[in-house]
Amino acid sequence: MKKVLTNRFLIENSHTLKVYREHGGYQSIDKLFATKPADIIEEVKRSGLRGRGGAGFPAGMKWSFIPKGGDKPVYLCVNADESEPGTFKDRYLLEKDPHQLIEGIIICAYGVGCHHAYIYIRGEFDLAYRRIQEAVDEAYAQGVIGETVLGKEYKLDITVHRGAGAYICGEETALLESLEGKRGNPRIKPPFPAIVGLFNSPTVINNVETLSALPFIMNKGAEAYRQWGTDKSPGTKLFCVSGHVNKPGVYELPLGYPLKDLIEKECGGVAGTGRLKAVVTGGSSVPVLTAEEAYSARLDYEALMEKGTMLGSGGVIVMDDSVDMLWALRNLAYFYAHESCGQCTPCREGSGWTYKILDRIYREGGSEKDLDLLLEIADNMVGRTICVLADALAMPVKSYITKFREDFVKNL
Amino acid sequence: MSFTFNEKNLKKCDAILKCYPNKQAALLPVLWLAQKQQGYLPLDAQEYVAQLLDLSPVHVYGVTTFYTMFKTKPVGKYHLQLCRTLSCALVGMENIGHHLKEKYQLEHDSVSKDGRFSLELVECLGSCGSGPALMVNDSLVEHLTIEKLDKLMEKLKKD
Repeated sequence: MKKVLTNRFLIENSHTLKVYREHGGYQSIDKLFATKPADIIEEVKRSGLRGRGGAGFPAGMKWSFIPKGGDKPVYLCVNADESEPGTFKDRYLLEKDPHQLIEGIIICAYGVGCHHAYIYIRGEFDLAYRRIQEAVDEAYAQGVIGETVLGKEYKLDITVHRGAGAYICGEETALLESLEGKRGNPRIKPPFPAIVGLFNSPTVINNVETLSALPFIMNKGAEAYRQWGTDKSPGTKLFCVSGHVNKPGVYELPLGYPLKDLIEKECGGVAGTGRLKAVVTGGSSVPVLTAEEAYSARLDYEALMEKGTMLGSGGVIVMDDSVDMLWALRNLAYFYAHESCGQCTPCREGSGWTYKILDRIYREGGSEKDLDLLLEIADNMVGRTICVLADALAMPVKSYITKFREDFVKNL
Repeated sequence: MSFTFNEKNLKKCDAILKCYPNKQAALLPVLWLAQKQQGYLPLDAQEYVAQLLDLSPVHVYGVTTFYTMFKTKPVGKYHLQLCRTLSCALVGMENIGHHLKEKYQLEHDSVSKDGRFSLELVECLGSCGSGPALMVNDSLVEHLTIEKLDKLMEKLKKD
């Protein structure tokens, strides 16, 4: 299948400007500058491209919130702080095709009137960081960006900004705080970043995968992008599969693709015991599916919502029937307790207590009351905090305990 | 106050400042630079960075202690970060952690007596499809097995 995002992944030296250009790179630039910015935004709206970081908000709509003709500069922040457990797609986009992202940045920047973009990349990325920094340096040296964009009268600077180990900085307002040289504490919204974002200026924040789809949409048009996926979830998506499958990895598939086919056809089936127990579909923060639910699920925003879960980041974690769901949830609870920024009491205390109770049940046992208490704490975390980190733990807690209660009861 | 940037890093610092509209925004990259020069961020390095960027020392201290990759204590010559989150745990991370403890006496947040190794159990490294994953200083080692780990440790011991 001809794809949108991963066409150059297998080509040698795909990360270099030379190879990128030999394989169709930066071809959209002439067309881009011959089109009005407002029409670019309309085209992206028509494509139906939705934010691939997790929330799935329509990208074109997000751009259209940027006020026109203000006196403040407009900033673009590229969210490359990929840190949702089970997610490793942006890493490959940065390692294998960094110029595709830069071309996407140019398209978005021109559309919203931005002249300085920041790529916020997580501190743990090694090769991905070096590759995107080298690509930006190469782009400057060859006149792709800088005082002009490939000779077009448009100034565009790109700065790669390295984080330092904090999951919360993937939350868009925490990312802004971090970029401003502060602790990564999420901001209260409104005002939304489109009005008051980076350095108090209007700001667009888009995920690496979202921006990487733009060169295709610009070259081939919104309709071509819509040949894949469903009406409400058009296009392709990167799915990162980890855990108990024979061929874990990143797969680009049309949205709406059956989860069963992803596991059995693409990934070579369930590894370990060979019998499926549970699947997480969108990174560790979304409600878990049982094997039965998973086998009838389709991978798009709406279909997964109907199943009571979410597409999220596309991080698919597969668990065979040897997995103790109490052990798995205890592992995740530790993660969220560690990563809570500590601003909001329900999250800071709730995540800590959730881990402590699960750890006690795991090591020493407990009573039915402990399970009720865990669910009560989860209820008190949802929707009561500045950002959704609290919800991101509460959803696994509720779904793991409700759907796999026997794994918890056996330890009581 | 004894920490100062060497000449090369002072130049790098100037280049970093040009990328931001104010000095505070350069804090993370400048702290990375200081950590690279010193190996970690002792208080005098934090105070130096604060002065350089017109920030209060307490602001800088608040930032260094928020981000897990900024080290306020020395780490080993080889700082090992083993991913402990679910995807790596599903494919055997716990055995690796156990082996590091039994054979090399390395536990979370510990430094070996000779200062050569330190270990930290960290959260998701974004290497979920190729776990268990271990960072050795800046380099990622994937598909880790006990045998692979032993070979790696032997090599690093001799370096």
